[in-house]
Amino acid sequence: MYPDYMHDSLKKVDETRQKRLELERSGKNVFPPMTAEEREDVLNKFHPDYKPESRRQVHIGPNKGELLTTEVADILESHSRIESKLFDLTTPDYETDILIVGAGGAGCAAAIIARQNGAQSIISTKLRMGDANSMMSQGGMQAAVTEKDSPTIHYLDALGGGHFDNKPDLVRALTEDGPEVVKWLEDLGVVWDKNPDGSMYVLHGGGTSRKRMHSCRDYTGAIIMRTLMDEVRNHPDDIKVLEFMPTVELIMDDKGRCAGGILYNMETEEYFTVKAKAVIIATGGYGRLHIRGFDTTNHYGATGDGLVIAYRAGAKLMYMDSVQYHPTGSVFPEQIAGFLITEKIRGAGGQPINKFGELFVWPREPRDVESASFIRECLERKNGIQTPSGRWGVWLDSPLIEIIQGDGYMNKNFPAMYRQFIRYNIDITKEPMLVYPSLHYQNGGVEINDHCETNVKGLYVAGEASGGVHGRNRLMGNSVLDYNVFGRRAGKFAAGYAKSAPIGKLSLEHITAYENELKKAKIKTDRVAPVLLPLYTSDEVKKRQLTAHYEGTLR
Amino acid sequence: MAKITAKTKVKAAKPKTKPGKTAKTQTASAKSEPPKAMVTVYIMGKAHKVPADATIMGAIEYAGYQIKRGAGCREGFCGACATVYRLPGDYKIYTGMACMTLVQDGMWLSQLPAIPSQKPVYDLDKLEPNVAVFQKLYPEVFRCVACNTCTKACPQDLEVMDYIQAAKQGNIEKVMDLSFDCLSCGLCAIRCPAEIVHFNVGILARRLYGKYLRKNSDHLDKMLKNVKSKKYDAAYKEMMKMKKDELKKKYYARDSE
Ligand SMILES: Cc1cc2nc3c(=O)[nH]c(=O)nc-3n(C[C@H](O)[C@H](O)[C@H](O)COP(=O)(O)OP(=O)(O)OC[C@H]3O[C@@H](n4cnc5c(N)ncnc54)[C@H](O)[C@@H]3O)c2cc1C
Ligand code: SF4
Ligand code: SF4
Ligand code: FES
Repeated sequence: MYPDYMHDSLKKVDETRQKRLELERSGKNVFPPMTAEEREDVLNKFHPDYKPESRRQVHIGPNKGELLTTEVADILESHSRIESKLFDLTTPDYETDILIVGAGGAGCAAAIIARQNGAQSIISTKLRMGDANSMMSQGGMQAAVTEKDSPTIHYLDALGGGHFDNKPDLVRALTEDGPEVVKWLEDLGVVWDKNPDGSMYVLHGGGTSRKRMHSCRDYTGAIIMRTLMDEVRNHPDDIKVLEFMPTVELIMDDKGRCAGGILYNMETEEYFTVKAKAVIIATGGYGRLHIRGFDTTNHYGATGDGLVIAYRAGAKLMYMDSVQYHPTGSVFPEQIAGFLITEKIRGAGGQPINKFGELFVWPREPRDVESASFIRECLERKNGIQTPSGRWGVWLDSPLIEIIQGDGYMNKNFPAMYRQFIRYNIDITKEPMLVYPSLHYQNGGVEINDHCETNVKGLYVAGEASGGVHGRNRLMGNSVLDYNVFGRRAGKFAAGYAKSAPIGKLSLEHITAYENELKKAKIKTDRVAPVLLPLYTSDEVKKRQLTAHYEGTLR
Repeated sequence: MAKITAKTKVKAAKPKTKPGKTAKTQTASAKSEPPKAMVTVYIMGKAHKVPADATIMGAIEYAGYQIKRGAGCREGFCGACATVYRLPGDYKIYTGMACMTLVQDGMWLSQLPAIPSQKPVYDLDKLEPNVAVFQKLYPEVFRCVACNTCTKACPQDLEVMDYIQAAKQGNIEKVMDLSFDCLSCGLCAIRCPAEIVHFNVGILARRLYGKYLRKNSDHLDKMLKNVKSKKYDAAYKEMMKMKKDELKKKYYARDSE
C-alpha cells in the first residue's frame, strides 16, 4: 500500500496510461532512443561510475597503477586470512583433477562438462550449492534462435551494449554457443517458455534488436540452477560438493602454475588444503560490497572473493572500473529495497514514468544509460517520488502490461514479482512499482580468453567473476548465457589441460610475496579479504561487541 | 498455475521523514535510520526488540546474529531461509521464508538450518516419463494421505498436495506446472506425515517434462544446423576485423524487430 502523499502522483500515472497505451500500440518507439552523444552526456553526468570518488588507483599487483572501483581497490589492498607458514602442503586433505570455486551456474555447468570430459572435480562453495546469483535471474537468457535473428546480430547488439570494449573472441563464443546452450539445457530438462507450436517464446530486453530473451516464467534462474544442481547430485562419485567451505586462497606450485586452494570451513573454522591439476574460479559478483552505498540485488555471498584470490596469484583483472546498476531495483516498501524488478517488465510493455505521469526515457536503452537517466530524472530534474525512508524512485507502470498482453499475463509470467509486492498490499497489475537503480552486476573481472584461460597457467575463470565478455556494460540475458557458455568451456578446457598437467611442489609463496608488496607500498590497513559475508548487525549491537581477544572458536 | 494470495498482509509503514527531503545520492541508508516502532520477537526463545517493519531475516541480523546457514538469495528464490514460528495466544504452527516474512509482536521463531531429504541418484537419459518413475524413485509418494498439510505449509502458496496427487497419477505435466515456483525450502517435507520430499519430486517431474514431453522447436534445430555448418563464420570474421568506428556506425544503423 502506498502512503497517501503519493496518491496525487499515482493518479497522474493512471490518467496518462491510455495515451501511453496508444503510443505503445502504434508500434512506434514510445520515446525517442538516445543518440550516441546523448548517451555519453547522461552517462558522464549521472552514472555513479563517472563520479571521481568512485575510482581510485590500486598500488600493488598485476593491475598496479590502474584506476579501479574504489571498493574493489580496497579488497585488493588487504591482508590474507591465513598465515602461509602454518600450512603443511605435503599432505593435502583432498586431491582431485579440478577444484571448482563456487557452486552457482558457472561452477555447476563446469563440473558437469568436466566430468563428461573425463575429469573429476571438487566444488568448494560458500553457502549451499545454488545459493548464488544464478538462482535469482528472473528475466531470462539471450540466444539467437529465430528466423529473424542470427548469432552475428546478437554479436553486434552485445558489442553496442558494452560500448565496443568487449573482447571480440569472447563475444563470438558467447553468441555462437547460444543456440547450443538452449538445446543443452532443454535436454537436461529445463522447461523453457514456448509458443503453442513448440517454438521458443522470446521477448526483447534492453539493447536487443531482435526478440531473443528465453525464459522459464520469472523463475528462469531457479529452474536452470535447480536442473544443474540435480544433475551435479546425480554424479556423487565424480563431483564432490563442499558446502559452507569457501576457498580463501589459491595454492600454486613452484613453477607458478595454479595447483589447488585453501578452503575454510565457516562453521568449524578449520582450514583444508585441496591439491588439483587445474582450478576454475566461478565465484560470481560483488553486490554485497555495497559499492557507493547502493542497495543490491545480489545474493548473500556475492563479495568478490574470486577477484582477490586470483589477483594475489598474479591474474590480471579487466574493466574493474565499471559497475552495473540495474535501472529497476525496487525502493518501496523498504523491506524489499534493492530487489530486482526484472527488465522483462519493460520488455513486456512496462514504462518508466516520472511523478507527473510522463515518459522521460525510451524503456529499452542499455542498462547504464537507462540507470543514469533515472538518476537524472530524480536528482537533477526532481521529477522522482521520494519514499518515507528518503529513497528516490520513478514509477514503473506495470498495469499497462495486462492491458497490452491480456488478463492473467502477470500471474502467469511474473508470479515471483507479483508475490513480492502483494505481501505489502501492492497489486502490481493495478498499481505501478517504485524503482531506482540497484547495484547489480560486476561488469569486469579476471581477464580470460575464449578457453577461459587466464594469464596464470592452470587457472580458469568463468561467469560473473570473469572480465571482457561484456565490455563495460552487460545486456540483460547475456550473463545467464555467459555462465552457461563459459562454465561449459571452462569445464571442457580445464579437463583437457588436467589430463596432462604436471604439478610441482605446492607453495603459498605468492601470499607471503603479496604481503611484502603491501608493506613495500606502505599500505597500512586492517582490511582482510576475501570478505566472505557482509555484516548487517545494528550499530547498537556493535557497540556492545567488546571482546578484546578471541579464544578458540567462540566469538 | 498457483493462485497467489497475500498470506501476511501488512499496512504500509508511515513516512519516517517528511517527503521532499533531498538526498544527495541514493544510498542504502535504511540501516542508519533510527527505527521508530519496535516489537519483541523471540529468536530461538530469546527475546529481542526489533523494528516493527523488519523481515524475520532483518530482525535476526538486527539482533546481532551473523547468519551463516539460513540466508542465500535474500529475495525469495533459493529456499535457504525456511522458518517456523508461533504467535501469542494461538496454538498454530506457522511457516514462512525469513527473507520474505515480516515480524509480528510476540512471534516465537526459529530458522531451520537444513532439512534432511532423500534424493535418489538417476540417469535422466534412461528414465521414461511415466508413473513408473515415481514408483521406482519416490515410492513414498503413494503413501500420501491427502491431509493437505503440505499445501498449508507452503510459503509460495503452491498446490503441493495436488502435485503429489498428480505424481501418483503419472501426470508429469501437471506436477511440472504446479511445482514450477517451488523454492525447495522443505517446509512441506518436514510437515508431511507420509515423509515425502515434495520438492525433489517436483524437480524430477520438471526435468522429465523438459526433456521428454516438451514440443520441439523447429527454428532452434534449424539454427543449430546453421551454426554447426559454420554459416556465420564469414560474417563473424568480418565484424571481428572492424574498427570501433565502423562497428559503431553499423550498430546505430541496425534495424530493430
Ligand atoms: C536478482 C538477479 C537477477 C538476475 N537476472 C538476470 C537475468 O534475467 N538475465 C541474465 O542474463 N542475468 C541475470 N542476472 C545475472 C546473472 O544471474 C549472474 O550474473 C550469473 O548468474 C552469475 O553466475 P555465476 O555462476 O558466475 O555466479 P553465481 O551464480 O553468483 O555463483 C557464484 C557462487 O560462488 C560462491 N562463492 C562466492 N565466493 C566464494 C568463495 N570464496 N569460495 C567458494 N565459493 C564462493 C557463491 O556463494 C555462489 O554460490 C541476475 C542477477 C541477479 C542477482
Ligand atoms: S519446498 Fe514445499 S513448501 Fe517449499 S516452496 Fe516447494 S512446495 Fe512449497
Ligand atoms: S502433507 Fe504429505 S500426506 Fe499430507 S497431503 Fe501433503 S503429501 Fe500428502
Ligand atoms: S534467502 Fe533465499 S529464499 Fe530466503
